[in-house]
Amino acid sequence: MKRLLLSTLLPLAFPAWASEPSAQRQQQLSALLDQDCGSCHGMTRKGGLGSPLTMEAMRELGDEALVATILDGRPGTPMPPWKLMLSEADARWLVRRLKGETP
Amino acid sequence: MKTILSAALLLLLGACAPTLRATGDLGLVVERADGRLKMVENTHSTTLAEISGLGDLSHASVVYSRDERFAFVFGRDGGLTKIDMLQARIVGRVMQSGNSIGGAISQDGSLVAVANYTPGGVKVFDSDSLELVADIAAIGADGKSSKVVGLEDAPGNIFAFSLYDAGEIWLLDLKDRSSPKVRKFPHIGNQPYDALITEDGRYYMAGLFGEDGIAMLDLWNPDLGVRRILDHYGRGQEALPVYKMPHLEGWAASGNLAFLPAIGRHEVLVVDMTSWREVGRIAVAGQPVFAMLQPGGRRLWVNFAIPDNGKVQVIDVPSLSVLKTIEPGLAVLHLEFTPRGERVWLSARDSDQVTVWDTETITQVAALPASKPSGIFFTARAHRIGL
Ligand code: HEC
Repeated sequence: MKRLLLSTLLPLAFPAWASEPSAQRQQQLSALLDQDCGSCHGMTRKGGLGSPLTMEAMRELGDEALVATILDGRPGTPMPPWKLMLSEADARWLVRRLKGETP
Repeated sequence: MKTILSAALLLLLGACAPTLRATGDLGLVVERADGRLKMVENTHSTTLAEISGLGDLSHASVVYSRDERFAFVFGRDGGLTKIDMLQARIVGRVMQSGNSIGGAISQDGSLVAVANYTPGGVKVFDSDSLELVADIAAIGADGKSSKVVGLEDAPGNIFAFSLYDAGEIWLLDLKDRSSPKVRKFPHIGNQPYDALITEDGRYYMAGLFGEDGIAMLDLWNPDLGVRRILDHYGRGQEALPVYKMPHLEGWAASGNLAFLPAIGRHEVLVVDMTSWREVGRIAVAGQPVFAMLQPGGRRLWVNFAIPDNGKVQVIDVPSLSVLKTIEPGLAVLHLEFTPRGERVWLSARDSDQVTVWDTETITQVAALPASKPSGIFFTARAHRIGL
């Protein structure tokens, strides 16, 4: 089931060990961040039901902790685990984007 | 007098409009990424005008004045914007907080209330002038500021809302606008995330994210306090991750039955409103976001969270079974029925279009381009409690 989900959702996903998602995947991730993460964190990431994900706030936090929050969620809060939909490389790229370290 | 009136009305909708027009078939479509609205009409399914300059419209919502002349748009960035539906332009705007989630208009139409996340609270404005009438900070029994969700208008010029962090329901009574009264119901449960008021204005219900069930307040008998219904609602052995919070707004009764999107499950729950018990579940194509009853109550239309947000399912109410699955575009965010339900409008964010469907034959009859459309709001909402 999980395999099926992943393969239909992520035709372009690189395996987790790949360091950088493809250009097309990056576009998808960037849209996901604006729109779907945005539904809780705000399109401008200033916060909503979810906490603000502003660059300043994100730079205070470690990469590993952020990657873990994205993939595993925060049990007991509405922050869902995204690992069915995102690979570790995807999450790492999102963290760099959140910190303003991607082009 | 008559000539002045018609001269004024002739200015409406572009100076060249040759005929008078009313607002009963108008609506607004939110173009969330561009801070813009499209003004549409639902008799011929066309776009009439664009209105820009509304700021951050992610999760924006709209209520209408009782004469359906003006729209009040609640933006995510705390902007409250008043639109003249006949002139298709902004006639008032206040930045009332840093971060808001929605609002409501009072029973008598004189007040507009906005729910805020940061700082958490409710601000109430005069609907004519947009002057501040009341500013209620949402400090829960725990002494902390709380995000406000599920703000609804209730009969008697009351606004009902929930405190997400503190787990409380408050009733803000503005019968006398110079002395607002707040009645608080603490300990309603963990993390109320959205709420609804039934069409008759009697029951206020808050969905709880942090535990199972729904907190319900009978506004005809508020002294009875908040009670818990639908204990199984949300109960989640192996519930799926919830990628998008479901909305409770579409609640409407068909006979004794009402319908709720399940949380973290591919199901719509069927609730008997006489016993407030769950009497069935309908398996659907994904995690439902809106489960909206078509006016008349014969069919239920359901959209879904990612990754199933390209589908919409139509459920036949008498048989409680899925009649048809349609694919109206990518990322279907919202749906709105024409007032008597012969058409439904669906916004498909990632297809940059709104499609219009005949609800009898379930076929598409029109498509309108729109940039990243989200909410669709028709003026008929003006006359419905809770919308
Ligand atoms: C259904 C709502 C929801 C969605 C969708 C959502 N989040 Fe969250 N997120 C939350 C909530 C609520 C919190 C705060 C959790 C807490 O209280 O600790 C949070 C917290 C976080 C944090 C930790 C912030 C901090 O300061 O510690 C990060 C990072 C984050 N989310 C990233 C994301 C990303 C990336 C996405 C999209 C892939 C996403 N979120 C989608 C609700 C959501």
